[in-house]
Parts: sequence; C-alpha cells; structure tokens
Amino acid sequence: METAVVNTDFKSQEYFINMGPQHPATHGVLRLLLTIDGEIIKKVDPDLGYIHRSIEKMCERDSYQQIVHLTDRMDYLSANINNEAVCLAVENALELEVTDRIKVIRTIVGELTRISSHCLWWGVMGMDVGALTTYFYGFRDREMINDIFEETCGARLTMNYNVPGGLMFDIHPNFVKRVKEFVAHFKTKIPEYDRLLSNNIIFQKRTKGVGVLTKEDAISFGVSGPVGRASGYSCDVRKYHPYSALDRVTFNEALRIEGDTYARYQVRIQELWESLSIIEQLIDNIPEGDYRVPTNAVIKLPKGEYYQKVETARGELGVYIISTGTKNPYRVKFRSPGFSNLSVLNHIAVGSKIADLVAIMATLDLVIPDIDR
Amino acid sequence: MTNEALQNLISAWNLDLGFSEEGSQFLNVSVKPERLHFLMEQLKINQETKFDYLFCLTGVDWGQNLGVVYHLESTIFRHQLVVKVETDDRDNPIIDSVSDLWSTAGFHEREVYDFFGIKFNNHPNLKRLFLTEEWDGFPLRKDYEDDINMVIK
Repeated sequence: METAVVNTDFKSQEYFINMGPQHPATHGVLRLLLTIDGEIIKKVDPDLGYIHRSIEKMCERDSYQQIVHLTDRMDYLSANINNEAVCLAVENALELEVTDRIKVIRTIVGELTRISSHCLWWGVMGMDVGALTTYFYGFRDREMINDIFEETCGARLTMNYNVPGGLMFDIHPNFVKRVKEFVAHFKTKIPEYDRLLSNNIIFQKRTKGVGVLTKEDAISFGVSGPVGRASGYSCDVRKYHPYSALDRVTFNEALRIEGDTYARYQVRIQELWESLSIIEQLIDNIPEGDYRVPTNAVIKLPKGEYYQKVETARGELGVYIISTGTKNPYRVKFRSPGFSNLSVLNHIAVGSKIADLVAIMATLDLVIPDIDR
Repeated sequence: MTNEALQNLISAWNLDLGFSEEGSQFLNVSVKPERLHFLMEQLKINQETKFDYLFCLTGVDWGQNLGVVYHLESTIFRHQLVVKVETDDRDNPIIDSVSDLWSTAGFHEREVYDFFGIKFNNHPNLKRLFLTEEWDGFPLRKDYEDDINMVIK
C-alpha cells in the first residue's frame, strides 16, 4: 500500500516503522508512522480514519433524540457524559428547566462514569508498561459500576440514560444502596492501586520525566482534561462552566505542574478521590421530583447556534449545533477531547524511545472513536 | 470582559467587521477572509483580550458560501468569542491558516480541508486527515453525492 503520510526529509540512518493500526498499546484502530533513528523517535505521524463513521453527517439527518444515541458510540467510556452534553445543549436551546432530581442523578451517574473510565485506563496503563495484574484489578472495580448501570438503565457501556428533558427511567430502588456500597469498597481500593503501581519504582522510572508537556503548549494544542491539568493548566469545565448539579458540590481540581507521564497518571488517581467525594455529597439527598420533563415528540430547536461543553473523563467535549429551526440540525460539530489530545503526541514524543511512546500514549488515554467520530 | 466591552475594543481596530449576538450565547464577529489572520493575531496577543485557547474550529457549508467558525476563549479572563469567516468561491475556497497562532488548528484545519475542501494558506501539512488521499469530493458539503457509498441522502 502506498504510504501517503510519509515525510520526505529523512536521513539515511533513519527508517520508518508502522505502529498499529491494531497495536496492543493503541486500544483501537490507530496507525502511527514512526520515523526513528536507532531507538530514538524523530517523528510521529498519526494516521486516523480507520473507524470514521461520519457521525456529524448522520446528525444532519437525525432528530435531536436520535443524535443522543450516536454520541455514546464516540467516547464509549464516557458514554453518559457525552449523552448529557447533547441533552444539555438541546435543553438550553429550548429553555427547558429540568428538575433538581434530574440534575443530581445526572451528576452522580456522570461521576460514576468517570470513575469507571479511569479504572479501565488505570488497568490498561499498567498493562501497557508490563504489569498485567492492574488490568484485572481495574476491571474488578469497574464491573461494580457497570452492574449498577445495568440495573438502572439496562445497559453496561452505551448507556443512553440521558434523554432531552431528563432521564429515560427513574433510578432503580437499589441504586442508592449499591452506589454507597461501591464508594465504601472503592475507598479501600485506591490505596491498593497506589501500593501496586503508583509507588512502584520501576513504574516511576518509566514515567517520570517522560513526554513532558508545558502549560503553554497544552493551551496552544487545545489539550484538556487530566492531560492538561498535569501541566498545571487549570481547565476543568466542571469548575469554570459548571453544569447540572456541579455548582452545588465542593471538590478540588486535580493539578500537577510537572507535565510528564507520571503527573498525568497522578492527576487521574486524584480525580478518583474527587469523584468519590462528589458522589458522597449528593447520594444521600437526591431530591424528590420528576425524572423527566415533558417535551414534544418532535423537537425543533429555534433558529440559532448552541454550544455546550462538558468535562468527560478525557477532557472537554464541546457540542456545537447550528439550527435553522427545523426538526434536524443544519450542522453539528463534536469538539472531542481525544482529537486535540492526540495532536500533541508528536510534540511530546520526539526524542523519546519507542517504549516511552507506549507509556506516553497510555497516559493520553486515547479512545479512538472519540477521535475519528 | 463583557461582550459590549469586547465589541467596543475590537471595532476600534477598524477591520470592517460585523457583530451579532442574535441566536447565540457568544458575541459573534464576522470578518472578511483577507483580514482574518490579522484579526486572529490581534485577538491572541492583545493584553486585554488574550484569546489563547481555540477550543473549537468548525467548517460549515452555508449553501452558497463555505465558512469556518472559530470558538475562542481566554484562559486568563475566561471570556469567549466566536469569529466567522466565509468565502463564496466554492471551486477554490482559500482561507488563511491560524495554525501558527494556535497549534490545535493544525489538526482541525486538516479536518475541515478533508470534509469541506477549504484550503488553508500557510498550513504546514495540509492533506486529508480521515479519508484517503484519492477520495473524490468533500462529504460534509451539502451538495456532496456518492451513489455507491452514501446511505444518507
């Protein structure tokens, strides 16, 4: 096959290798064209589009209720938060005020989603650098969250629990009890994560000082989420544009200044604690009220442009809807966090070794459909 | 800075701009393609605006015109602004690249080129991003048709 993404200015001792499309460390179908000199990386050229499904084009055909169901196929590890973003955009456009009950449940479910995504990330991060045990530990805890979701809305991965106007169903009678059980369980497990991986000297040697990203570059590359915050860039959408019930809870924004792979790792570990804290503040006082506010069967947004940003497990997801007043959007753009986070890979990986690239990619926490859409 | 203060400041630069807040939660500024890069540079470096964060870059097919929408935010002041640029040349749409100001535009402009065929002046690496090099046409244009692969008509 003709390699379209080859650069021409390479020297005689350099050579190309392909990493992926289906490399164990890319967790999806992403091809990286590496220009290397010995073991040192000179250039990383990502080749995307293997699972591009033209979701933005499909949105121009679909009704607003249908669009919600496409978004959880993008970042399937933050499915609930993706759904929430579209629902919030539609509700803002309709000036529809949802009940406190909806807001609080959305926030709890969103934070559970974040924990489950970080659990999976932690497991595969360990696996990428050669520690298989973490994979099973991460999945063990994530399983409890999936069980809670399954009981409440019937799905474990692509939830579709949020709909424009509220929630698909009310929470299951066991929901509160099981979430509390999970919180108590998980509080004893994060220290275990630390003992197993965070404090492991081999792991630290492989991640400290690797793939350093400065704050200025993070902002310029549009990097967000834990990747940005590890560089000292305060970019938590939950803090500066709070949505749902996030304005009524207190939590700390996880920040590090080193900007290296270990800092990105530490930010996510701290975020696990913060998400638990948010859930604890809300779980005992879920307000009474309707779980769904009536909407028209056919939603027509007023003519105009609507932008809603939320904080997914990977960073800032933006939903930009242009409406001409009909039942379909004129144009929808998803500003996905993974897309911007991937664009920084070449910048921070140059000069590292291939084994470092695996660790760097692991802490960028890429979900390929989130990039390809 | 409030939208009103932003508008006063930016209109003092005499760049023949159009302002609108109708149907949008942001202040919208429309600019002619030849003035775009100068405006964007000012928005980024001016001490009072400091729009250092380009959080979204979207291509839009407005029917006759092709356009690009830039969503800007300042990480220092947390104010936001939308800049819009349009060209009516559908056969050879050219707009200046802003990838020298915000690195994130590097990928985003390639995406717009891929789906809308808008060419960006001075872009360091302007080629298809998601689709293959030999792909014919630009799928997110409203008049795009592909009899074989296209499910959505």
